[in-house]
Amino acid sequence: MNAAAPLKLMIVDDSNIMRRKIERSHQCARLSFVGSAGNGKQAVELFRRTEPDVVTMDITMPEMDGIECVEQLVAIKPEVLILVISALADKATAIEAMKRGANGFLCKPFTDRQLTDALDELLRGAGSWR
Amino acid sequence: MAMTKVELETFVEGTTHYFQTAANQPASVGSPYLVNEGVPNIQEYTGVITIAGKRKGVVYFTASRPMLTVLLMRLGETDMTHENMCDLVGEVANQISGNARRDFGNQFMISVPRVVAGPQGEHVTPPNIRSFVIPINWRSHSAQLVVCLD
Repeated sequence: MNAAAPLKLMIVDDSNIMRRKIERSHQCARLSFVGSAGNGKQAVELFRRTEPDVVTMDITMPEMDGIECVEQLVAIKPEVLILVISALADKATAIEAMKRGANGFLCKPFTDRQLTDALDELLRGAGSWR
Repeated sequence: MAMTKVELETFVEGTTHYFQTAANQPASVGSPYLVNEGVPNIQEYTGVITIAGKRKGVVYFTASRPMLTVLLMRLGETDMTHENMCDLVGEVANQISGNARRDFGNQFMISVPRVVAGPQGEHVTPPNIRSFVIPINWRSHSAQLVVCLD
Protein backbone atom coordinates (compact mmCIF):
# COMPACT_ATOMS: atom_id res chain seq x y z
CA MET A 1 0.00 0.00 0.00
CA ASN A 2 1.24 3.51 -0.82
CA ALA A 3 1.59 5.36 2.51
CA ALA A 4 0.72 8.73 0.94
CA ALA A 5 -2.42 7.70 -0.91
CA PRO A 6 -5.77 7.63 0.89
CA LEU A 7 -6.85 4.15 1.85
CA LYS A 8 -10.37 3.00 1.06
CA LEU A 9 -12.57 2.30 4.09
CA MET A 10 -15.64 0.05 4.12
CA ILE A 11 -17.93 -0.16 7.18
CA VAL A 12 -19.96 -3.27 8.00
CA ASP A 13 -22.59 -3.16 10.75
CA ASP A 14 -26.27 -4.10 10.88
CA SER A 15 -27.05 -0.83 12.68
CA ASN A 16 -27.44 2.28 10.52
CA ILE A 17 -26.63 4.39 13.56
CA MET A 18 -23.37 2.55 14.19
CA ARG A 19 -22.37 2.74 10.51
CA ARG A 20 -22.90 6.49 10.47
CA LYS A 21 -21.15 6.93 13.82
CA ILE A 22 -18.05 5.10 12.62
CA GLU A 23 -18.03 7.07 9.36
CA ARG A 24 -18.47 10.37 11.22
CA SER A 25 -16.30 9.75 14.25
CA HIS A 26 -13.02 8.48 12.96
CA GLN A 27 -10.44 11.17 12.37
CA CYS A 28 -7.98 9.26 10.24
CA ALA A 29 -7.12 11.58 7.38
CA ARG A 30 -5.65 8.67 5.47
CA LEU A 31 -9.01 6.91 5.16
CA SER A 32 -11.51 7.59 2.41
CA PHE A 33 -14.99 6.09 2.94
CA VAL A 34 -16.17 3.99 -0.01
CA GLY A 35 -19.33 2.36 1.31
CA SER A 36 -21.11 0.41 3.99
CA ALA A 37 -23.00 -2.85 4.32
CA GLY A 38 -25.60 -4.14 6.78
CA ASN A 39 -24.65 -7.81 6.82
CA GLY A 40 -21.91 -10.18 5.74
CA LYS A 41 -23.42 -11.08 2.38
CA GLN A 42 -23.81 -7.45 1.35
CA ALA A 43 -20.28 -6.82 2.60
CA VAL A 44 -18.75 -9.47 0.34
CA GLU A 45 -20.57 -8.02 -2.68
CA LEU A 46 -19.54 -4.46 -1.85
CA PHE A 47 -16.00 -5.58 -1.14
CA ARG A 48 -15.66 -7.12 -4.61
CA ARG A 49 -16.95 -3.91 -6.22
CA THR A 50 -15.00 -1.34 -4.23
CA GLU A 51 -11.85 -3.26 -3.19
CA PRO A 52 -11.32 -1.42 0.11
CA ASP A 53 -8.01 -1.46 1.98
CA VAL A 54 -9.53 -1.19 5.45
CA VAL A 55 -12.76 -2.69 6.82
CA THR A 56 -14.54 -2.23 10.14
CA MET A 57 -16.58 -5.34 10.86
CA ASP A 58 -19.43 -6.01 13.28
CA ILE A 59 -19.92 -9.64 14.35
CA THR A 60 -23.56 -10.18 15.32
CA MET A 61 -25.43 -9.61 12.06
CA PRO A 62 -28.21 -11.36 10.10
CA GLU A 63 -27.55 -13.37 6.92
CA MET A 64 -23.81 -13.85 7.46
CA ASP A 65 -22.01 -12.98 10.70
CA GLY A 66 -18.81 -10.98 10.89
CA ILE A 67 -16.51 -13.88 11.73
CA GLU A 68 -17.44 -15.75 8.55
CA CYS A 69 -17.31 -12.51 6.57
CA VAL A 70 -13.76 -11.76 7.78
CA GLU A 71 -12.64 -15.14 6.45
CA GLN A 72 -14.25 -14.50 3.06
CA LEU A 73 -12.80 -11.00 2.69
CA VAL A 74 -9.29 -12.20 3.58
CA ALA A 75 -9.64 -14.99 1.00
CA ILE A 76 -10.46 -12.37 -1.64
CA LYS A 77 -7.75 -9.88 -0.62
CA PRO A 78 -5.24 -11.21 1.93
CA GLU A 79 -3.63 -7.80 2.56
CA VAL A 80 -6.90 -6.13 3.68
CA LEU A 81 -6.81 -4.66 7.20
CA ILE A 82 -9.87 -5.58 9.27
CA LEU A 83 -10.86 -3.98 12.57
CA VAL A 84 -13.62 -5.95 14.26
CA ILE A 85 -15.95 -3.61 16.17
CA SER A 86 -18.30 -5.66 18.30
CA ALA A 87 -20.13 -5.68 21.62
CA LEU A 88 -19.03 -9.29 22.19
CA ALA A 89 -16.52 -8.68 24.93
CA ASP A 90 -15.15 -12.15 25.62
CA LYS A 91 -11.57 -13.05 24.73
CA ALA A 92 -12.58 -16.15 22.78
CA THR A 93 -14.43 -14.05 20.21
CA ALA A 94 -11.44 -11.75 19.70
CA ILE A 95 -9.13 -14.75 19.32
CA GLU A 96 -11.48 -16.39 16.83
CA ALA A 97 -11.65 -13.16 14.79
CA MET A 98 -7.84 -13.00 14.78
CA LYS A 99 -7.58 -16.63 13.65
CA ARG A 100 -9.88 -15.88 10.72
CA GLY A 101 -7.70 -12.95 9.66
CA ALA A 102 -8.80 -9.84 11.56
CA ASN A 103 -6.06 -7.39 12.52
CA GLY A 104 -7.71 -5.65 15.45
CA PHE A 105 -10.66 -5.65 17.83
CA LEU A 106 -12.52 -2.72 19.36
CA CYS A 107 -15.28 -3.35 21.87
CA LYS A 108 -18.57 -1.41 21.67
CA PRO A 109 -19.44 1.02 23.11
CA PHE A 110 -16.45 3.17 22.21
CA THR A 111 -15.52 6.83 22.23
CA ASP A 112 -14.46 8.75 19.13
CA ARG A 113 -10.91 8.82 20.52
CA GLN A 114 -10.84 5.04 21.00
CA LEU A 115 -12.04 4.50 17.43
CA THR A 116 -9.45 6.83 15.97
CA ASP A 117 -6.68 5.28 18.07
CA ALA A 118 -7.70 1.76 17.03
CA LEU A 119 -7.70 2.71 13.34
CA ASP A 120 -4.36 4.52 13.70
CA GLU A 121 -2.80 1.44 15.30
CA LEU A 122 -4.25 -0.73 12.56
CA LEU A 123 -2.72 1.47 9.85
CA ARG A 124 0.64 1.43 11.63
CA GLY A 125 0.50 -2.34 11.39
CA ALA A 126 0.57 -2.72 15.13
CA GLY A 127 -2.77 -4.45 15.44
CA SER A 128 -5.24 -3.16 17.98
CA TRP A 129 -6.92 -5.32 20.57
CA ARG A 130 -8.97 -3.40 23.10
CA MET B 1 -30.17 -21.88 37.64
CA ALA B 2 -31.21 -18.67 39.39
CA MET B 3 -29.53 -15.36 38.67
CA THR B 4 -26.94 -14.45 41.25
CA LYS B 5 -26.16 -11.01 42.60
CA VAL B 6 -22.78 -11.11 40.88
CA GLU B 7 -24.38 -11.98 37.54
CA LEU B 8 -26.85 -9.13 37.85
CA GLU B 9 -23.98 -6.78 38.67
CA THR B 10 -22.54 -7.58 35.23
CA PHE B 11 -25.62 -6.01 33.64
CA VAL B 12 -25.59 -3.03 36.01
CA GLU B 13 -21.96 -2.36 35.09
CA GLY B 14 -22.69 -2.88 31.38
CA THR B 15 -25.53 -0.35 31.52
CA THR B 16 -23.42 2.18 33.40
CA HIS B 17 -20.59 1.72 30.91
CA TYR B 18 -22.92 2.16 27.93
CA PHE B 19 -24.22 5.58 28.97
CA GLN B 20 -20.83 6.80 30.15
CA THR B 21 -19.07 5.79 26.94
CA ALA B 22 -21.65 6.01 24.14
CA ALA B 23 -23.58 9.03 25.40
CA ASN B 24 -20.64 10.56 27.30
CA GLN B 25 -23.06 11.28 30.11
CA PRO B 26 -23.46 8.99 33.12
CA ALA B 27 -26.76 7.41 34.04
CA SER B 28 -27.97 6.59 37.50
CA VAL B 29 -28.39 2.82 37.43
CA GLY B 30 -30.35 1.42 40.36
CA SER B 31 -30.23 -1.92 42.11
CA PRO B 32 -31.96 -4.81 40.33
CA TYR B 33 -35.28 -5.90 41.75
CA LEU B 34 -37.29 -9.05 41.19
CA VAL B 35 -40.71 -8.88 39.54
CA ASN B 36 -42.86 -10.94 41.87
CA GLU B 37 -46.18 -10.71 40.05
CA GLY B 38 -47.05 -10.44 36.39
CA VAL B 39 -44.54 -9.34 33.77
CA PRO B 40 -42.31 -6.28 33.70
CA ASN B 41 -43.60 -3.24 31.85
CA ILE B 42 -42.37 -2.14 28.49
CA GLN B 43 -42.24 1.42 27.18
CA GLU B 44 -42.67 2.80 23.65
CA TYR B 45 -39.59 1.09 22.25
CA THR B 46 -38.07 -2.18 23.40
CA GLY B 47 -34.97 -3.92 22.05
CA VAL B 48 -35.05 -7.63 22.84
CA ILE B 49 -32.04 -9.96 22.72
CA THR B 50 -32.73 -13.69 22.89
CA ILE B 51 -30.12 -15.58 24.87
CA ALA B 52 -29.19 -19.18 24.08
CA GLY B 53 -26.40 -21.58 24.97
CA LYS B 54 -25.16 -21.61 28.54
CA ARG B 55 -28.17 -19.53 29.70
CA LYS B 56 -31.57 -19.19 28.11
CA GLY B 57 -34.06 -16.34 28.14
CA VAL B 58 -34.10 -12.70 27.10
CA VAL B 59 -32.46 -9.41 27.97
CA TYR B 60 -34.33 -6.30 26.93
CA PHE B 61 -33.87 -2.54 27.07
CA THR B 62 -37.06 -0.48 27.06
CA ALA B 63 -37.29 3.31 26.80
CA SER B 64 -39.54 6.17 25.78
CA ARG B 65 -39.31 8.06 22.51
CA PRO B 66 -38.21 11.30 24.28
CA MET B 67 -35.31 9.52 25.95
CA LEU B 68 -34.23 7.85 22.70
CA THR B 69 -34.47 11.21 20.93
CA VAL B 70 -31.97 12.76 23.34
CA LEU B 71 -29.74 9.70 23.14
CA LEU B 72 -29.75 9.88 19.34
CA MET B 73 -28.71 13.52 19.54
CA ARG B 74 -25.86 12.59 21.88
CA LEU B 75 -24.73 10.06 19.27
CA GLY B 76 -24.66 12.80 16.65
CA GLU B 77 -27.84 11.77 14.84
CA THR B 78 -30.26 14.28 13.37
CA ASP B 79 -32.69 11.70 12.00
CA MET B 80 -35.41 11.08 14.60
CA THR B 81 -37.54 8.68 12.58
CA HIS B 82 -39.28 5.60 13.92
CA GLU B 83 -36.68 3.46 12.11
CA ASN B 84 -33.83 5.16 13.94
CA MET B 85 -35.59 4.74 17.29
CA CYS B 86 -35.90 1.02 16.59
CA ASP B 87 -32.29 0.81 15.48
CA LEU B 88 -31.05 2.55 18.62
CA VAL B 89 -33.11 0.61 21.15
CA GLY B 90 -31.93 -2.64 19.57
CA GLU B 91 -28.32 -1.51 19.55
CA VAL B 92 -28.38 -0.55 23.24
CA ALA B 93 -29.75 -4.00 24.12
CA ASN B 94 -27.15 -5.61 21.86
CA GLN B 95 -24.22 -3.75 23.36
CA ILE B 96 -25.16 -4.36 27.00
CA SER B 97 -25.89 -8.05 26.33
CA GLY B 98 -22.73 -8.52 24.27
CA ASN B 99 -20.59 -6.92 26.95
CA ALA B 100 -21.96 -9.47 29.44
CA ARG B 101 -19.94 -12.15 27.62
CA ARG B 102 -16.86 -10.73 29.33
CA ASP B 103 -18.16 -12.46 32.48
CA PHE B 104 -20.50 -15.13 31.09
CA GLY B 105 -18.17 -16.36 28.34
CA ASN B 106 -18.75 -17.11 24.69
CA GLN B 107 -21.42 -19.74 25.40
CA PHE B 108 -23.69 -16.84 26.39
CA MET B 109 -25.05 -16.62 22.85
CA ILE B 110 -26.93 -13.50 21.82
CA SER B 111 -29.33 -13.03 18.93
CA VAL B 112 -29.64 -10.04 16.66
CA PRO B 113 -32.07 -7.54 18.25
CA ARG B 114 -35.83 -7.82 17.84
CA VAL B 115 -37.66 -4.55 18.37
CA VAL B 116 -41.11 -4.15 19.88
CA ALA B 117 -42.62 -0.73 19.22
CA GLY B 118 -45.55 0.45 21.29
CA PRO B 119 -46.51 -0.63 24.79
CA GLN B 120 -49.38 -2.86 23.70
CA GLY B 121 -48.84 -5.23 26.56
CA GLU B 122 -46.92 -7.69 24.43
CA HIS B 123 -45.16 -10.25 26.57
CA VAL B 124 -41.52 -10.31 25.65
CA THR B 125 -40.35 -12.43 28.56
CA PRO B 126 -40.64 -16.22 28.45
CA PRO B 127 -43.07 -17.81 30.91
CA ASN B 128 -41.80 -19.50 34.06
CA ILE B 129 -38.57 -17.52 34.26
CA ARG B 130 -38.22 -14.79 36.86
CA SER B 131 -37.42 -11.29 35.61
CA PHE B 132 -35.12 -8.78 37.24
CA VAL B 133 -35.55 -5.10 36.44
CA ILE B 134 -32.59 -2.71 36.49
CA PRO B 135 -33.91 0.88 36.69
CA ILE B 136 -32.05 3.49 34.67
CA ASN B 137 -32.36 7.23 35.17
CA TRP B 138 -30.66 9.38 32.60
CA ARG B 139 -31.12 13.13 32.47
CA SER B 140 -34.85 13.50 33.18
CA HIS B 141 -35.78 10.17 31.62
CA SER B 142 -36.25 6.69 32.95
CA ALA B 143 -35.71 3.38 31.21
CA GLN B 144 -35.30 -0.22 32.26
CA LEU B 145 -33.05 -3.10 31.45
CA VAL B 146 -34.84 -6.39 32.09
CA VAL B 147 -32.87 -9.59 32.61
CA CYS B 148 -34.92 -12.78 32.36
CA LEU B 149 -32.59 -15.78 32.29
CA ASP B 150 -32.95 -19.32 33.56
